[in-house]
Amino acid sequence: MLVYEIMMVAMAAIRANVLRSVLTTLGIIIGVAAVIAMVALGEGAQVRVEQQIQRMGTNVLTIRPGQQYFGGIGRGDTQMSVDDAVALRDDSNGTLEVAPEITSRIQITYARWNTNTQVFGTWPEYFEIYDHKLQAGRFFNQGEVQGRRRVAILGYNIPENLGGQDPAALVGQTIQLRGVPFQVIGVLEEKGDAAWIRPDDQVFIPISTAQYRVFGGRDRINAIYASTATPELLNQAYGEIDRILRRQHRIRPGEEADFNIRNSADLLETFNETNQTFTLLLAGIAGISLLVGGIGIMNIMLVSVTERTREIGVRKALGATRRAIMFQFLIESLSLCVLGGLLGVGAGIGGASLLTRLQQWDTVVAPESIVMALGFSAAVGLFFGLWPAQRAARLDPIVALRYE
Amino acid sequence: MNDVIIRTEGLKKHYVLGAETVRAVRGVDLVIRRGEFVAIMGPSGSGKSTFMNMVGCLDTPTEGRYWLNGQLVSELSDDQLARVRNKEIGFVFQTFNLLPRATALHNVELPLIYAGVGARERRRRAHEKLDLVGLGDRVDHRPPEMSGGQRQRVAIARALVNDPALLLADEPTGNLDSVTSEQTIVLVTHEHDIAAHARRQVHLKDGIIEQDFTNNKVETPVP
Ligand SMILES: Nc1ncnc2c1ncn2[C@@H]1O[C@H](COP(=O)(O)OP(=O)(O)O)[C@@H](O)[C@H]1O
Ligand SMILES: [Mg+2]
Repeated sequence: MLVYEIMMVAMAAIRANVLRSVLTTLGIIIGVAAVIAMVALGEGAQVRVEQQIQRMGTNVLTIRPGQQYFGGIGRGDTQMSVDDAVALRDDSNGTLEVAPEITSRIQITYARWNTNTQVFGTWPEYFEIYDHKLQAGRFFNQGEVQGRRRVAILGYNIPENLGGQDPAALVGQTIQLRGVPFQVIGVLEEKGDAAWIRPDDQVFIPISTAQYRVFGGRDRINAIYASTATPELLNQAYGEIDRILRRQHRIRPGEEADFNIRNSADLLETFNETNQTFTLLLAGIAGISLLVGGIGIMNIMLVSVTERTREIGVRKALGATRRAIMFQFLIESLSLCVLGGLLGVGAGIGGASLLTRLQQWDTVVAPESIVMALGFSAAVGLFFGLWPAQRAARLDPIVALRYE
Repeated sequence: MNDVIIRTEGLKKHYVLGAETVRAVRGVDLVIRRGEFVAIMGPSGSGKSTFMNMVGCLDTPTEGRYWLNGQLVSELSDDQLARVRNKEIGFVFQTFNLLPRATALHNVELPLIYAGVGARERRRRAHEKLDLVGLGDRVDHRPPEMSGGQRQRVAIARALVNDPALLLADEPTGNLDSVTSEQTIVLVTHEHDIAAHARRQVHLKDGIIEQDFTNNKVETPVP
């Protein structure tokens, strides 16, 4: 009951000076907004990474050629060829689904429309590994790979990019890849982006056709993808792939490999570093703002105590204990900070959605972060309000009453 | 002896202002019994307010001892003093010391808040005392909207609201006996017609008691 009375007094003091109160809490507002935005970014990044790993396949390994160093001297970029993919497929006793990849960005043309897009030469297994589905037509098969047939499967966006064609009607039509005619045999369903990979904007053709009819006799491939039946088998697959490729490339155990094997999470690691920098920046802003905000609160509370010295004197003369006075001013600074915290939560949610809209960064405002931010501002209020409240509580009643 | 409410022994208060020391109260021995009505008189600057503040447990003496209800006040902690001021003493200040932003009702409620009285009971008792001082129709007015006399009556209502045993008033301009019952009353005044209501007059001069006499023929106010 006394608590309630004291809270009413504190709230009345804040209400008597609305503008000053809001200005005072600006630091808290900014600090809390930064905390909210920061956590929202972190959450968003987390959710996106998980989504992307999902899309990139939780059971997929990517093998790329790497630098090989020999006695400190780099041999330069090493090669990886379709033979490596064949070896992985044939020697893994059916535990791995394998697809090589060769890719280049080239011009594709249909009738009077053309577009520049990423063309992938691969095997039919590729569609299994990445779980692509067709909305029209069919996939190509190994026979067509062997026969270097000019058949193409289009990503979801390609018909749209070629003048808004009807996907089903496009099947059977001829398109030109860098001037080479191809028959469209299938169009994929929508897949969505995963990090830098945009499968909906890609065109897939047999790898042999790509190597010898489009890209001009290239042996070197860009990557090999291998998937296991379940994510749990990935670790075992690492060893298997390492063993087979070392044998292929004649690298002895203990020597450094000229290829590297990564899972989806590894690949995403570097990709997401940009956001981490920004998160750190926000954390800095939050910390400094809360500190500056806290000092602002302390300052205004000292002013408030001084302004109300006579009031404190009256209250003490009428029987207010130190604790009651202390409590009154602590509640005041606490309320100020929580008020600032609430405004900050609003600003933080606004800021997060702005980041999403302007920067396309994923943000997720977690309820826990709101609770945490309000907790932070309450802590700031208590911490920085303590000294002014103590000063008020320790005032000598007769001195306070005489104060002009 | 247990009907003694106030007992001071060699009470002194010195103010040190730079090189100069102001001896506001220079050794007061005084005994006041329960139920007495005492007027403290004396010229301006004779130490009346300083003495009253010490009796009211607001100020601490430089020297000397003070017992309130047999309790040595210098032995009390800050919070115990706050309790004494809250429950046992009603103080009407010369400048009233009302909270300017609070209504008359809230001002009168203040001591009850710190006494831990519930809201409904508080409001009832504050209304009762405001009625008693004739301000029943001004409960929602704030001090700046009131005359000096009305403010003093709010201050009196506030001093009485916790039914203290001791009522102290520093230069009240009006009568207190119409609103008090069995309290011990100590008031400071210049005005002889106010002092005339008191059975006992204590005259201070330069911080010491010059005269202390009991007037047997108390003038009762003509209704
Ligand atoms: N806080 C103070 N600091 C210094 N001197 C004071 C203070 N309060 C009172 N005095 C001095 O003490 C003397 C007595 O003051 P006071 O008790 O207010 O007298 P009275 O109430 O009888 O007019 C005066 O000389 C006054 O100037
Ligand atoms: Mg005086």
